[in-house]
Amino acid sequence: MLKTFRIGGIHPKEQKISAGKAIQTIALPGQVIIPLSQHIGAPCQPVVKKGDTVKVGTLIGKAVGFVSANIHSSVSGTVLKIDKALDASGYKRDAVYIKVEGDEWEASIDRSPALIKECILTPGEILQKIAAAGIVGMGGATFPTQVKLTPPPGAKPEILIINGVECEPWLTSDHQLMMEKVDEILVGVTIVMKALNVQKAIIGIENNKQDAIRLFSEKVKGYPLITIQPLKVQYPQGGEKQLIDALTGRQVGSGALPISVGAVVQNVGTLFAIYEAVQKNKPLIERVVTVTGKEVKQPCNVLSRVGIPINDLIDMAGGMPETTGKVVSGGPMMGKALPDTDIPVTKGTSGILLIPTLEAKRKAMKDCIRCAKCISICPMGLNPTLLMNLTEYEVWDRAEENHITDCIECGSCSYTCPADRPLLDYIRLGKGKVNGIIRARKN
Amino acid sequence: MVQKLIVSPSPHVHSGDTIQKNMYNVLIALIPALLVALYVFRLDALIITACSVLFCVVFEYLIVKYILKKTPNVTDGSAIITGVLLAFNVPSNLPLWILAIGCLFAIGVVKISFGGLGNNIFNPAIAGRIFLLISFPAQMTTWPAAATAVDAVSSATVLGNLKLSPEALPSLQSMFLGTEGGSLGEMSALALLLGLAYLLWKKTITWHIPISILATVALFTGALYLFDPQPLYHPLIHLFSGGLMLGAVFMATDYVTSPMTKKGMLIYGVGIGFVTVAIRLWGAYPEGVSFAILLMNALTPLINNYTSPKRFGEVVKHG
Repeated sequence: MLKTFRIGGIHPKEQKISAGKAIQTIALPGQVIIPLSQHIGAPCQPVVKKGDTVKVGTLIGKAVGFVSANIHSSVSGTVLKIDKALDASGYKRDAVYIKVEGDEWEASIDRSPALIKECILTPGEILQKIAAAGIVGMGGATFPTQVKLTPPPGAKPEILIINGVECEPWLTSDHQLMMEKVDEILVGVTIVMKALNVQKAIIGIENNKQDAIRLFSEKVKGYPLITIQPLKVQYPQGGEKQLIDALTGRQVGSGALPISVGAVVQNVGTLFAIYEAVQKNKPLIERVVTVTGKEVKQPCNVLSRVGIPINDLIDMAGGMPETTGKVVSGGPMMGKALPDTDIPVTKGTSGILLIPTLEAKRKAMKDCIRCAKCISICPMGLNPTLLMNLTEYEVWDRAEENHITDCIECGSCSYTCPADRPLLDYIRLGKGKVNGIIRARKN
Repeated sequence: MVQKLIVSPSPHVHSGDTIQKNMYNVLIALIPALLVALYVFRLDALIITACSVLFCVVFEYLIVKYILKKTPNVTDGSAIITGVLLAFNVPSNLPLWILAIGCLFAIGVVKISFGGLGNNIFNPAIAGRIFLLISFPAQMTTWPAAATAVDAVSSATVLGNLKLSPEALPSLQSMFLGTEGGSLGEMSALALLLGLAYLLWKKTITWHIPISILATVALFTGALYLFDPQPLYHPLIHLFSGGLMLGAVFMATDYVTSPMTKKGMLIYGVGIGFVTVAIRLWGAYPEGVSFAILLMNALTPLINNYTSPKRFGEVVKHG
């Protein structure tokens, strides 16, 4: 029996049609738009102005406050303006527009492909480098990495958990990165272990990535402190709490952080970025993006600089099929539907999924037949149909009692409901409301 | 931008599961029991089942369309299930006009007046059966002998004999396979268990309700049988006779009227098991499954209120 998390879970059709497609680098466009808010937390303060020349890796946005991440130019050229631009959130927010001229990199960045295994920096220096490079969680949550690697006072990390699960259907960017950058990722693991001072790391990989499991199992022989753990394919195994449960059997309590059970979780993409930042001085300016969908001509994995419009990536995959009704940034379960395709790639863009109109339209909601399927699949052990009703009737105290704030918004309930009820829409709404009430009570 | 894009919150995919699929799975699971009924009661079984389904579907259509003035949705399959289950709960020689009254009560009063599928408190087929049993006790408790039996005259059921004349009990084997007298769909425990296996395989239902009912009945009567080994307490007779199997597999597991948490399902199942045995042994009626289910239907909102699913991290384990 393969390991997996113990409560709920679903198994949507995997649809990983871009698996095994080598990572292709996308050509630079004439102009990039780099949003100043690409992470959870405060937006960056721009440190360039109109007319400035920048190189690849030049700092253009400085982190403001504790939870924030630096932003660097992904191209060389001239700053055209700092103006509002539509981003994946659907809002217009500040962004730096840069005209692309050539491809000149900052001299400090080591662009050679040579693998550097040794890291002589102290934990403090490693964290400084990660912070300087503007690294965020690349699984989609985009939480600033240096914050996550700084345990709160009194907490002692014991184990590093590496998320190589990629449980979202369709997406293969992490998988392909694991196939092509295994050595770099493993060095990244050792760097983070050093930064956290932990003696144990487990890499969780779902069983639908047999090649990655084999490759990592082979390569990991040189690293006695790292183990590979194949996992049963089950969504949402990439959720932090679910992954820790699956790999260690420890369950992080309601409202608590992974560190409460001694665990720190990092995504494989983030570890690769950490390797490049620490060993190669390279800030986070590009990432692998899966471009895929049912009617996409050439589903592919693209290495894209931050700021390139999503349109360019779609063209690389053979163009947008005429039937497309929805463009999703990220996977189908937790990704965001984009209002436009001019939106730039950011640090958190793991995939671009094109969904045909027929499948994009929601069906009319029927009355709940109380089949309780949403209850049995909820990975947090909540009662989604009850929470939806409580939100609908605005019974906030009971919603709080029934732990609405535990919801991880994985979407399994809405996915499963035979009556097509938009459970997560309501729960998300109620969760926001209840969180607001809790904050107000504390103040 | 050539076309306008659809923007909606995640998730952007759906499992494709529908109310229909679940309902039709239940209907498929009822086929073995229907085949046994057709074999035992021949044309009578066909007429009763077909008419019952027809009455239920037509009543639902007419009431929703002409009284509620809404769009009827009889293709969701729930009215068909009510029709089949009600037919399975009556003798094969029940006059059709009585059957029609039962269908009207089940659909019109028990289901639609509460708001239709999803909102009814009681299982329509169970409530319809009890309504008929109380209104037409003679017709509802006169069973024709199986057409397959040698002497085709009216006979009491196994449970009827259990209290009155235990010496007239049939063999367990014939009860299991379905050649004893009784209501249409209660004939063969084996056919109903096949249906259960199908529903579990298709994940239409979970094991919690049917197994907890059957286990409670077996353990309760088994304990009594240990102290006093007379046929009245024989656990296998209780398991394979009357409407227990039909009730446990198809009626108690009705989504709408049963609890939603695993804990709640177990409480509900044990409750049905206990009440069933109590009525069978000490009540005025020979059979108690439908009363037991009706009673526990009424307690379902309460059970839902006091049971919650096992939450993630509730018991923090440090492994």
